[in-house]
Amino acid sequence: MAALFTARRALGVAGGHGVRCLSQLAELPELHQMMRQTCRDYAQKELVPIAAQLDKEHKFPAKQVRELGAMGVMAIEVPESLGGAGMDYLAYSLAVEELSRGCASTGVIVSVNNSLYLGPVLKFGTEEQKKQWITPFTTGEKVGCFALSEPGNGSDAGAASTLARQEGDEWVLNGTKAWITNCWDASATVVFATTDKNLKHKGISAFLVPMPHPGLSLGKKEDKLGIRASSTANIILEDCRIPLGNMLGARGMGFKIAMQTLDSGRIGIAAQALGIAQAALDCAADYAHKRTAFGAPIGKLQAIQFKLADMALATESARLLTWKASMLRDAKKPFTKEAAMAKLAASEAATFVSHQAIQVLGGMGYVTDMPAERHYRDARITEIYEGTSEIQRLVIANNILKEYQQ
Amino acid sequence: MSARVLVGVKRVIDYAVKIRVKPDHTGVVTDGVKHSMNPFCEIAVEEAVKLKEKKLVKEVVAVSCGPQQAQGKEIDLQIISNKRMTVGFILQETIRTALAMGADRGIHVEVSGKDYETLGPLQVSKILAALAKKEEANLIILGKQAIDDDCNQTGQMTAALLDWPQGTFASEVTMDRDMLKVVREIDGGLETIKIKMPAVLTADLRLNTPRYATLPNIMKAKKKKITTVKPGDLGVDVSSRLEVLNVEEPPQRLAGVKVETVDDLVGKLKEAGKI
Repeated sequence: MAALFTARRALGVAGGHGVRCLSQLAELPELHQMMRQTCRDYAQKELVPIAAQLDKEHKFPAKQVRELGAMGVMAIEVPESLGGAGMDYLAYSLAVEELSRGCASTGVIVSVNNSLYLGPVLKFGTEEQKKQWITPFTTGEKVGCFALSEPGNGSDAGAASTLARQEGDEWVLNGTKAWITNCWDASATVVFATTDKNLKHKGISAFLVPMPHPGLSLGKKEDKLGIRASSTANIILEDCRIPLGNMLGARGMGFKIAMQTLDSGRIGIAAQALGIAQAALDCAADYAHKRTAFGAPIGKLQAIQFKLADMALATESARLLTWKASMLRDAKKPFTKEAAMAKLAASEAATFVSHQAIQVLGGMGYVTDMPAERHYRDARITEIYEGTSEIQRLVIANNILKEYQQ
Repeated sequence: MSARVLVGVKRVIDYAVKIRVKPDHTGVVTDGVKHSMNPFCEIAVEEAVKLKEKKLVKEVVAVSCGPQQAQGKEIDLQIISNKRMTVGFILQETIRTALAMGADRGIHVEVSGKDYETLGPLQVSKILAALAKKEEANLIILGKQAIDDDCNQTGQMTAALLDWPQGTFASEVTMDRDMLKVVREIDGGLETIKIKMPAVLTADLRLNTPRYATLPNIMKAKKKKITTVKPGDLGVDVSSRLEVLNVEEPPQRLAGVKVETVDDLVGKLKEAGKI
């Protein structure tokens, strides 16, 4: 009895927003239902018709990003005083899922701006920095990016070889960052560089750099398998000079900022993966009704039914994990383990569901006439960026072992 | 201009849903089926909000008739009062959508059960006319018709009951003090009329493109007031004068017949009694 009470409290009370309890997993609050519907309508009417074209042309959806900015979607968690929508992380994950269901590239553009750029500035920035680096990035006119990975280290984030040295009243940055999402379309970036090499990962600091900026150049746009409407490239820093006031957080805090940012960003990617999985499931289920073989719609065949069941199960399970992680974060409870679980489950669900969707569609799944092949290509990256599936497993295991500490 | 606009919004089965007739042929299946705001009502709300943004109108009130929906109860730490007006428990999605688009407040006219099933333009127009007088509205904007019954009568009846001028099938509306210039879409083309407020307008497809609700507006909508009234409070009798005898699907399309010559065609048409 006492354990039950404790368990309820653990999931329990958040200030202001109302009781976060298990029933919300069964039915979302009205506010969230409304905003989910708005995002779904927008994705259906504005993103679905252009997604294939955006993918083919590797084109950044600037008009749509501005429209989403006007709706408040580019800065969901940012308080209204700074120009954002002032909503919670659950709302954010719902928004990213619904938009990704229409266009996965647009979903990641929204996610990176919200979680990876605005997130750390909101959490670690000074009031001055917030005004300068947040407000212009809430409208969709400008987007930001996050520069942590390097050609020499991805998962091994502590080995940052980009250096920052102080020269008078400036920081001078040198090094190369790799795989930076949004960078060709961004107006600012959060860069992680080593300020004290001998302190290892405690010697990394975070910096805000405007784009374009002297000393900062971009590598060629990567020709990716999927999410092609979002630009990915290297950021090259050669004696890039920024004012001292551009350091984000305290000196040496960079690694902590990166890890905490990725913890939250993970939920955004889980949401993106859910959107892709859902879109692939929609495609397959619709096809199962329409395509006939052996004298009946293929949806009547057990082989197809079992596939659809497994696909729906994988998606819904991952969705509940994602919602739970968001709710824990909103309730200011520890959420690292759940976020890692959500990202792992959702990304593996996305690749599984999109793979099976092609199988259900048969030959039609292999051609560009149907969106199944694009979902398959878009899904693959979700198991890699913002923490590979292997890293997620390590995070989960570490948390479990801590819980069972002898 | 201190105009107050009443906008009627109807909750209908979503346009994308495949309609199915109930097995007892008394109507169509509505349980568990996706519903949304009638598209022409969305256009009406958008027009009203636009007028407010241009400062030609001071308040937009969204009105909808329907049962109290208990779904989506929000369990709130705040103490919920017993009064019907408490926003926490009553969920009228359609009114909230209008509020999220920019309407200032909502009125939910409670009509349930059999009365709701038989509610038609005559009853709704009586309700709107009564509300217009009660709320001292000088403009009523409605969708030209609902996509479920395609009646295209409510606007016209409301105007007649109030003895107000009407601008129906509006594709363009310009307000100048208390005069409205309305461009109407008619069979022969476009007709422009000038009417004096108070007046009733019904929105046609090309009047505007409804906006997406912004997230901040969705949040603000939560705090906007929705008051509940009963038709009896307005002195309106909602009993229907119509009885639905039967509802059935349109006949299945039959295969055609190919003929060799025009004479054969004429022969076949005569056979079928068509000419």
